[in-house]
Amino acid sequence: MPGISRMLNMKMRMIIGRVCMLLSIWLPAAPAWPETQVFRQADSFLAGTFGQHLPQAQQLWVTADLRRELENEFGWRAGLRIRYWQQGTQTAWILDEIGKDRPITAGIVVGEHGIEQVEVLVFRESRGWEVKYPFFTDQFIGATLASGGDLDQRIDGITGATLSVRAVTRMARVALRLCDETRRATLARHQ
Amino acid sequence: MPTIARASQFSAFLLVLSLLWAHAAAGAETPSLEALWALVQEQQAEIERLNAALDETRNELGSTQAAGRANEEKLTIATEYLDQIATGSALADSGQRRTTIGGYGELHYNDVDADAGGDYRRIDFHRLVTFIGHEFTDRIRFFSELEIEHALVKDTADGSSSGEVEIEQAYIEFDLTDTYAARAGLFLLPVGFLNETHEPNTFYGVERNDVENIIIPTTWWEAGGSLGGHYRSGLSWDFAVHSGLAIPTTGSSAFRVRSGRQKVSNAIADHPAFTGRVRYTGVPGLELAATVQYQEDASQISGDGLDSGILVSTGAVWNWQRFQLRALWSQWNFEGDLVELADADRQTGWYVEPSFRLGRSSNDWGLYTRFEDVDGAREQDRFQQWEAGINYWPVQNVVFKLDYRERDLDAAAGDFNAIDIGLGYQF
Repeated sequence: MPGISRMLNMKMRMIIGRVCMLLSIWLPAAPAWPETQVFRQADSFLAGTFGQHLPQAQQLWVTADLRRELENEFGWRAGLRIRYWQQGTQTAWILDEIGKDRPITAGIVVGEHGIEQVEVLVFRESRGWEVKYPFFTDQFIGATLASGGDLDQRIDGITGATLSVRAVTRMARVALRLCDETRRATLARHQ
Repeated sequence: MPTIARASQFSAFLLVLSLLWAHAAAGAETPSLEALWALVQEQQAEIERLNAALDETRNELGSTQAAGRANEEKLTIATEYLDQIATGSALADSGQRRTTIGGYGELHYNDVDADAGGDYRRIDFHRLVTFIGHEFTDRIRFFSELEIEHALVKDTADGSSSGEVEIEQAYIEFDLTDTYAARAGLFLLPVGFLNETHEPNTFYGVERNDVENIIIPTTWWEAGGSLGGHYRSGLSWDFAVHSGLAIPTTGSSAFRVRSGRQKVSNAIADHPAFTGRVRYTGVPGLELAATVQYQEDASQISGDGLDSGILVSTGAVWNWQRFQLRALWSQWNFEGDLVELADADRQTGWYVEPSFRLGRSSNDWGLYTRFEDVDGAREQDRFQQWEAGINYWPVQNVVFKLDYRERDLDAAAGDFNAIDIGLGYQF
């Protein structure tokens, strides 16, 4: 078969030329490139969890011991404090974690009997998109922390999305640990 | 304010009355009306002075409260910023954060015991790779991968240096929507399991499997453009138009696919190639994938006895509990008189790899075994190989590997067995 340059006969060159002309007219008027790739807004996630009466955001200040534990046993770097929302025994956490090289933002709801919901709110990676969808995130429902900080349920990975799977799994483990911390603090206040 | 003033006036009035009453009771002389009026005016002046002082105090208190609120707001902003720095997630909108680095490396030791007496023991820093990425916006990004192979690259007159410096990826990716993305530049082709994901902690065996070396020449990159889409069902597709292979037709590497990679280094671009892949990952733990590639002229030279070529590759991964089964089959079919005469017009390979992994987040272990059947172009590329080994991950991104291989060549001589030890990491 002839090469590309030979295939570009006069007719094709004319077609390409016309396409270029049309593009040069259209591009200046084209809508701006979207800036964000938000899969679901945090507000929408929280409204879906708690309804229209959103509880006041609370803050968990990260102590030195908790910070050390989160870094060493969970591989997760905590800030000075972590915001969360609580209604009864249900808490919601919005966390960030790096997949391969960009942060993934996930919303995680923890109830009395473990994880109730995991939802990827913003995905910024080139690969590993599978973790955005329920066929992956539904695996976390009902999971609790086992000894050693691992989940007590097996999460099946996705070939080629190993790092994104690990990032979401890590955030789920961290949310369970943080929820446990808020419960301990509540108990301590009532004793 | 008026209520307080009235209350103060009333108190002063009562005070004056009580004074008058006390004075009368004591039988003292009654003060004149002028004296009383002067006393009331004096009290009124005092009240006004006190009210003014109270107003001033209130104003000061209001200013202090406003300053407190402003300070609290500043503290919140500062804390959030420190949070962002502490978690590293966040210089997210700054140019600094938008450029990212990463990488991986692997060190191999091979102890080979060959039937034909070609024994050797070698230690080789096989590769060190650095990733550099940059995000222009959340939807337009650059990604690159720069690799040094075999630790040392030196400029020799005969080109005998075993090391190489290679740019394996350098492309711009555009997220057209949340579902579709396009790439342009130099990218890894969507074929096989290892070509796109080959960090050492993600696969078993010190050396990569031979099907994805001899039949699919991993790591395989070309220059061009691609379009891809993925859907909620777990189905995805990729289609790429890119530079083609230039497989030699003479010499010791004649018709060897791996030798046809031009690595986009002043590559001949007379004949392009097209790659399409369909992939399904809609069930956690399951991956089904199929790739078809068409090479317009696999040697880039018309009429030299090696013309077009088609690669078909299909594979599956199934995870169940702690077990995994991975299998891949790939085949090239080339057109051309010379390639048919050399019996290299059909090159095939397949492997099956069952494994078991504990699945812990640290101190994890995995065992595997693999059988491969490869039928490549050269005599040494036609064999069956069995191997078994162990991976140990102290943490998820660091791995130690140990394996044993037995290779049985189709030819009468050349069989070998080997013990391999490896260290790999990714960050």
